[in-house]
Amino acid sequence: MTLTSAEVTLPAVGAVHAAWLLLAFPSFGAAVLLLGGKRTNAWGHLLGVTMSLASFVYGVALFAQMLGERGAGRSRDDHVYTWVPAIGRFHVPIGLQIDQLSICFVLLITGVGSLILIYAVGYMAADPDRRRFFGYLNLFIAAMLLLVTADNYVGLYIGWEGVGLASYLLIGFWYYNPAPPVAAKKAFVANRVGDAGLTLAIFLMFAQFGSVSFAGVFSQVHNASPGVVTALGLLLLLGACGKSAQLPLQSWLLDAMEGPTPVSALIHAATMVTAGVYLIVRSAPIFNLSSDARLVVTIVGAATALFGALIGCAKDDIKKALAGSTMSQIGYMMLAAGLGPVGYALAIAHLLAHGFFKAGLFLGAGAVKHEMNDEVDMRRFGGLATVMKITFVTFTFGYLAIIGIPPFSGFFTKDPIIEAAFAKGGTSGALLGTAAVIGAGITAFYMTRVMFMTFAGRKRWDDGAHPHEAPPVMTSPMVILAVGSLCAGGFLMFSNRLIDFLAPVTGTPPLSHGFLAPISDISLAVVVAGAAVAWAMYGRREVPVTAPRGSFATVAARKDLYGDAFNESVLMRPGQWLTRLSVFFDNRGVDGLVNSVAASMGGTSGRLRRSQTGFVRSYALFMLAGAVIVVFALLLVRL
Amino acid sequence: MISPAHYIALAVILFVIGGVGVLIRRNALVVFMCVELMLNAVNLSFIAFARMHGTLDGQVIAFFVMVVAAAEVVVGLAILTSIFRARKSVSVDDANLLKN
Repeated sequence: MTLTSAEVTLPAVGAVHAAWLLLAFPSFGAAVLLLGGKRTNAWGHLLGVTMSLASFVYGVALFAQMLGERGAGRSRDDHVYTWVPAIGRFHVPIGLQIDQLSICFVLLITGVGSLILIYAVGYMAADPDRRRFFGYLNLFIAAMLLLVTADNYVGLYIGWEGVGLASYLLIGFWYYNPAPPVAAKKAFVANRVGDAGLTLAIFLMFAQFGSVSFAGVFSQVHNASPGVVTALGLLLLLGACGKSAQLPLQSWLLDAMEGPTPVSALIHAATMVTAGVYLIVRSAPIFNLSSDARLVVTIVGAATALFGALIGCAKDDIKKALAGSTMSQIGYMMLAAGLGPVGYALAIAHLLAHGFFKAGLFLGAGAVKHEMNDEVDMRRFGGLATVMKITFVTFTFGYLAIIGIPPFSGFFTKDPIIEAAFAKGGTSGALLGTAAVIGAGITAFYMTRVMFMTFAGRKRWDDGAHPHEAPPVMTSPMVILAVGSLCAGGFLMFSNRLIDFLAPVTGTPPLSHGFLAPISDISLAVVVAGAAVAWAMYGRREVPVTAPRGSFATVAARKDLYGDAFNESVLMRPGQWLTRLSVFFDNRGVDGLVNSVAASMGGTSGRLRRSQTGFVRSYALFMLAGAVIVVFALLLVRL
Repeated sequence: MISPAHYIALAVILFVIGGVGVLIRRNALVVFMCVELMLNAVNLSFIAFARMHGTLDGQVIAFFVMVVAAAEVVVGLAILTSIFRARKSVSVDDANLLKN
């Protein structure tokens, strides 16, 4: 496998010199809003939006400069400062790498992120803590930007943890209710498991290569033994699974719906879950060298794609259905990334397109929830198409994009992934491809179900709800995202535009991808079939307000396919037993030893104390006896 | 003929009388006198040995012991007087405030 040219990174010029401004804007916003307290309540949300937009504008400027460059000049590295000066071999300069891959993420994070922030101005208008909310959102964006622009794994790790912290704060934003703090804790713990993988990967890199920078690691990785490379790949995958909610660390994502809806949109579209895909694609030189690690990535991706889709089918909570779909779509991206140089760019293309339509879908769902007095049960929606026309149209755009109807963006980015999976060849290729096609069919089914249950049919909502269209501050971001859902895929994939753009980072794909007509037709047919089944079940028939008991499969999917039960029985219970055993050993063993020594000392001295009578005569007797003993001892030694 | 052994025997008897007195008597003054008796028993043995060896070392040490004993009597009697003033008793068993 040839090495990619990603190692050729030139020093910063022009706007890249101040690339730190990208991070500085949202960090400044977060600092002012979180430290400023109530004084900033009145204008805090405006500052938050402005800082995010400023970061976006700066990202566009960087992008424009990059487009003006040719070849290696597109990958620039801005050294910011030296965090750890050389201590032995350990040396961590903090630098920002602005190249083709990171600029895609920068634009997605700041662009879609800004739209979500604008939407949140309206969505959170009635919340007394709106200022705190925007502080956290800015922190989230800043951490995510550091994650994607750092030029070494330690910098990436700081951003990675920052994202974990921000998501924790935001999921648990309504901390005065019982569920959000629990969900936040769960997300944090699941992420910690993944973080452990990333940490170990960084340790291993340093031990093997003496470097943690991308350039340093990637230039030496081909010298490492295959076992080390595979271990690195699997550890990185564990990290990616935590952040991207892939099997087996998927369980936090559905609970994370407890956060306010803009947070869900931000986590699912622009930040957080995309980090895992970024990590895999950025570490392409490592994965290129280990087909075993890549195979595991594809299996995890395909399994999660099906897993998430199945969960989405049974959820009556509109946000949880969408969360299942995120899990599933990220699964597609992981599947693509696991296919190697063929798939890296496809993963990023799907990620960008997904950013638009998933943000649009979540904002639409948020608008519905907002107008329905925080009701999220789709069985109590129905007939909303007539009262919320803009939301309906934008949601439909997102819907058509996610199920992959041409010319919407999902079609252009998901189909190449399915084709690439088949093109992998062999049994694994056929299995992965089939799984991807089935996943597409199920996606069509549950998304059509969401559409029908929410927007079509009879009104099933309470008398107290008076839904009407959301204010313009909420609908305008939805419209922009809907346009993105329509155009992004075609724009990115037209004549392999994005693939060629990313080629210096991800490697040139061995064969160029035209549309393989039969596979494309088959997957489209499966999608239409899935949608038709959903129409037959939920469009033609009346949707009952209370959920029917459902089949075994439905019950299982409602319970997240027993993901929590699995974690509880396999990890939590044995963990508790281990704790109890340790406590027992600590109390009886370690403490017992220490305490018995202390008790015996106490007992002995208690007995000795009785000889201290306080009578001078007895002391004198002891002295006399002592003197006599000394004299006799002296005599004995003498003799 | 009185040999050094006789002096030593007398010194031992005096020392034992003094020691027993220190151990069994409660009156601090009597205890004090018994201490003096023990010191003088030792003095007697010093003198006896000095005479036996024909040197002056033992006699000099006996003078030292007398000087120390005199100083000790001054301090000890002062303590006894103040204890008696405070507690209306010179019994050594009553002077047990430091216990507990």
